[in-house]
Amino acid sequence: MVTGRALGTFGSIAANADLARRAPEIEVAPKLRVEKLDVHYGAFQAIKSASLDVPENRVTALIGPSGCGKSTFIRALNRMHDVTPGARVRGRVMLDGEDIYAPGVDPVSIRHRIGMVFQRPNPFPKAIYDNVVYGPRVHGMRDRAQLDAICERSLRRAALWNEVKNRLDRSALDLSGGQQQRLCIARCLAVDPEVLLMDEPASSLDPIATSKIEDLIAELKADFTVVIVTHSMQQAARISDFTAFFLSGSLIETGTTVSIFTQPKDKRTEDYITGRYG
Amino acid sequence: MDQPAQRRRRYAAVAATDRAFLVAVYAAVGLFVLLVALLFASLVHGSWPSLREFGFRFLWTSQWNPVTNQFGALPLIFGTLVSSFIAILLAGVVGVLAAAFLAEFAPRWLARPLSFIIELLAAVPSVVFGLWGLFVLAPAVRTSIGPFLQKTLGFLPIFGGPIYGVGLLTAGLVLALMILPTVTAISREVISAIARDQREAAMALGATKWETVAGVVLPAARVGIFGAIVLALGRALGETIATTMVIGNRPEIAASLFAPSYTLASVIANEFTEANGKIYVSALVELGLLLFLVSFVVNGFARILLYTALRRG
Ligand SMILES: Nc1ncnc2c1ncn2[C@@H]1O[C@H](COP(=O)(O)OP(=O)(O)OP(=O)(O)O)[C@@H](O)[C@H]1O
Ligand SMILES: [Mg+2]
Repeated sequence: MVTGRALGTFGSIAANADLARRAPEIEVAPKLRVEKLDVHYGAFQAIKSASLDVPENRVTALIGPSGCGKSTFIRALNRMHDVTPGARVRGRVMLDGEDIYAPGVDPVSIRHRIGMVFQRPNPFPKAIYDNVVYGPRVHGMRDRAQLDAICERSLRRAALWNEVKNRLDRSALDLSGGQQQRLCIARCLAVDPEVLLMDEPASSLDPIATSKIEDLIAELKADFTVVIVTHSMQQAARISDFTAFFLSGSLIETGTTVSIFTQPKDKRTEDYITGRYG
Repeated sequence: MDQPAQRRRRYAAVAATDRAFLVAVYAAVGLFVLLVALLFASLVHGSWPSLREFGFRFLWTSQWNPVTNQFGALPLIFGTLVSSFIAILLAGVVGVLAAAFLAEFAPRWLARPLSFIIELLAAVPSVVFGLWGLFVLAPAVRTSIGPFLQKTLGFLPIFGGPIYGVGLLTAGLVLALMILPTVTAISREVISAIARDQREAAMALGATKWETVAGVVLPAARVGIFGAIVLALGRALGETIATTMVIGNRPEIAASLFAPSYTLASVIANEFTEANGKIYVSALVELGLLLFLVSFVVNGFARILLYTALRRG
């Protein structure tokens, strides 16, 4: 039986993550609802009619082998494809019930509400302070005291404040990779988005920095809705409440992380989580 | 087994080629350095009589008079700097805006041919610019551009005085046109080299396209853009034939940009054939030495900036 075998192989992951002891998920209202999303790069279809509900104040993990379209999918959620040459998006992405691709919707205002953290830390070559308050400044905030407050709050939330509070005016590029990534998270939080999209935020980090980011995500979900792409199934199991599995552009299976990891319904999901795909 | 032996032989052969290649490279570089050093030495040697006669006075006296054998390069330095400055000011602003447009805003079907045309402009020989400056721009300055500037901004001394057509402003305009392709092409490259993740970071924070370019892309590209401008400045400082044709060739310092002037390069080109007397010739060579030093420093500086900017990109 599928269930038995998956459990057998993944007993350790499940136990590590305390999956079995987690309470069964009750229904949560979707913050984002993706309906029949298609994404094309030129003639190539990278996402094929994907539909997914992203529940509010939960962490949703997107997993799947390299090249299956996870980044393409997550970038469609805050209209980053608008600036990708050759990319076309069809379908609907409802944020609180309103389609962000509807005509007349300003992509800039969508990106205020849906922030994004990228795979590679990408701080601006500016001072740490200027990095954090970039968003609020762009949105017109000039008051120094207010900006200071936002800066401190965001850095604290990103668990970086203690490490940088004495050198806010130093270049962000002097920080370590893990610090840079937390800075990027702080920069994103400073805009006070409702949804946080993270595309493999820990893939270039060492285990300690990774676990800091993971702890952070666990705390952030109290205030935000988090969507995270990850290559590590252990990470998905540790931090997410819901998991969506992609394979060559199609969304194969979605469900609570517990059910995906212990009772995958699809053979391909099971093959992936038992390590039979790359 | 003979396999290790075979491999050793191959390594030895490769190492020998490597060494030969290294020697060739060092020889080429050495030859080049030697040539530059020789050029410098012969310039110093050629200008020795003038260096001894005038010393540093050469740099800050204003008489340039072959008849009385009085040679002070100040008006020429002035003409060179001011014409180049006008050029860099105009070409800098227009070029960087054009580069930002090409790299960030223009659709690809437009950006490609436009960039190509701009790069072609860089290949036009300077004498053609000179001709155009003399026959089109100078009359335009005399009859419309000059009078207009005088009417609107005439209270500024730089826009006062009689308008001849040829003069500092015309030279500056021609030079601006000539260096515009350099500024635009290199700045465009530097701007495009700014990593995509920087733009995406700004966009994802809710910045508009314009805010992204002005607040993130251009500041990140500023060192490289500055390098492009300094490189173009080097070209303007040394430009000879085009300036000679439109600057009026008079070694005087005047407040007005409409006044004729003279540049280091133009003096050398104009007067070398008819220079007689040891001092006169060596004074001209000393102008060459000045130009050499200035261009060397300016270009070297620009290349270092560009190198660091593009490598970081
Ligand atoms: N800008 C682009 N232009 C054309 N094709 C693209 C572009 N970006 C991605 N693709 C293609 O779309 C497919 C999905 O890519 P995507 O980056 O979404 O994969 P991914 O799941 O994020 O992979 P990884 O785990 O390696 O990051 C791949 O086949 C990729 O080659
Ligand atoms: Mg990806």
